[in-house]
Amino acid sequence: MALSPTDVARLAGLARIHLTAEELERMAPQLDVILDAVAEVSQVATHDVPPMSHALPLTNVFRADEVRPSLSAEAVLAAAPDVEENRFRVPRILGEGA
Amino acid sequence: MDEVLDYDDVMADYDAVLGLEVHVELNTASKMWCGCTTAFGGEPNTHTCPVCLGLPGSLPVVNGKAVESAIRIGLALNCEIAEWCRFARKNYFYPDMPKDYQISQYDEPLCFDGHVDVEVDGQTYRIDIERVHMEEDAGKLTHVGGATGRIQGADHSLLDYNRAGVPLMEIVTKPVRGLGDKAPEVGRAYMALLRDLMRALDVSEARMERGNMRCDANVSLMPKGAAELGTRTETKNVNSLRSVENALRYEIRRQGAVLASGGRVKQETRMWQEDGGVTTAGRSKEQAEDYRYFPEPDLVPVAPSREWVEELRASLPEPPAQRRERLAGEWGFSELEMRDADAAGAIDLIEATVAAGTTPQAARKWWLGELARRANESGLELDEVAMAPAQVAELQRLLDAKTINDGLARKVIEGVLAGEGSPAEVVDARGLAIVSDDGALAEAVDRALAANADAAAKVRDGKVQAVGALIGAVMREMKGKADAAAVRELIMTKLG
Repeated sequence: MALSPTDVARLAGLARIHLTAEELERMAPQLDVILDAVAEVSQVATHDVPPMSHALPLTNVFRADEVRPSLSAEAVLAAAPDVEENRFRVPRILGEGA
Repeated sequence: MDEVLDYDDVMADYDAVLGLEVHVELNTASKMWCGCTTAFGGEPNTHTCPVCLGLPGSLPVVNGKAVESAIRIGLALNCEIAEWCRFARKNYFYPDMPKDYQISQYDEPLCFDGHVDVEVDGQTYRIDIERVHMEEDAGKLTHVGGATGRIQGADHSLLDYNRAGVPLMEIVTKPVRGLGDKAPEVGRAYMALLRDLMRALDVSEARMERGNMRCDANVSLMPKGAAELGTRTETKNVNSLRSVENALRYEIRRQGAVLASGGRVKQETRMWQEDGGVTTAGRSKEQAEDYRYFPEPDLVPVAPSREWVEELRASLPEPPAQRRERLAGEWGFSELEMRDADAAGAIDLIEATVAAGTTPQAARKWWLGELARRANESGLELDEVAMAPAQVAELQRLLDAKTINDGLARKVIEGVLAGEGSPAEVVDARGLAIVSDDGALAEAVDRALAANADAAAKVRDGKVQAVGALIGAVMREMKGKADAAAVRELIMTKLG
């Protein structure tokens, strides 16, 4: 598997990471190494082994529908970079959602 | 402004195909993954904790009641229930989700392959359900600085995460074809059916105006007789049953105009504008989204046992349409009376009032008359009015026993709504009982006859309609606390 700088640029875009052209060139072969390492697993994975998504052999871990105390607004907003009217203030949102 | 064609002209050449994605907020007490309350409103960011704020190190735990509600919804929609399924992370960067992902379900929905029948103008349409899956609601964004509170032109945005993590079900139909020119009405009827079903199951308030139930309406046009589906648009911001119908009708007319002019319908999200009655272009969906779904590592799979599923199936309520038909028969209501009661949200209330011993017609009279009027005045739903069905039944009993008359009953209602107690208590406290003291009534009649000698003379001369003025005078004298029929009888006796 050989990742191109274009592939990396797309991934960077999805992850909202800004990379320069030089960084894209440098990252592509580095990510290749990681993908190759992961690909080695496929050599032992056979069709009769289902993909594993969880380390625990558990299902149906539920909690009762009971209300528990929430944090205070002061505590919640203490870590916010910016606050207005007890709400998190975020910069203008462009080009996404609607 | 987009061009639109006449609806019938579009329908002459094209078939409309619907696809409806409906989000329903469950009415659980606590959120999907944490114990924060789901209560509507509340001061901003007071219903949050490390889990629903997505703080590092916090871990979600599934609300068992939400899974139960999801299965019941699936069963009521005739779905298969997965024997084993997982949650998935849907990754996207948008500040309404503090985790930067939404926990949802992807290729393993809890419920799938269902169907439901809706009726429009006496014709039944089958709607196939693709899936019902579990996820969480997002926080509420307020855009500041724009002219209209919209995202366009906003200077910045504010976030309240009280709603983030509230259990949300997504119900998705398969493409619905063969609707003839009835697509908008079928869309609306389907939403009404879901709303009734959610309430009958008691899993959601299902109030579109509050955002408990939201509809993304997909529609496309295909030339009559064609096999391949046309390009669809998805209309959001459809917040009432009426809007579902209007938005679909508008989109069909708009797409019809695009196609008639030789154009191509763009695959995009559109926003319904309630004020103008139009849809406007939103996000383009030409490029498939890449949400990089993967199995949610923080939650173990859900594997409902068949015993549990069957237990829940056995506990399902009577389907709303069937119940309505049964009640109409039991109550002897005409189709119109039943439709009015339904539209007013009075079916449950009438049922409870009848169960408390009132005749169906009397129960209907109060709920659709005086109480509906007062609910309307205070901007309340009928079931939010501060008078219980048992109290309405008590009011009717006081009326039947001639303790009060119709006019006094309205004052009793006023007292009950003001929190002055039960109807009997209000009658006592306000002294509203009809005066049964014959002496007092006879005196009042004598005074009225003396004061209205002209009218009395007319009645004596056989002009019986003049008795109305005399009854009115007596009622005023008695401050309304008399039985009009008894007053009339007494006057006629006295005047020979």
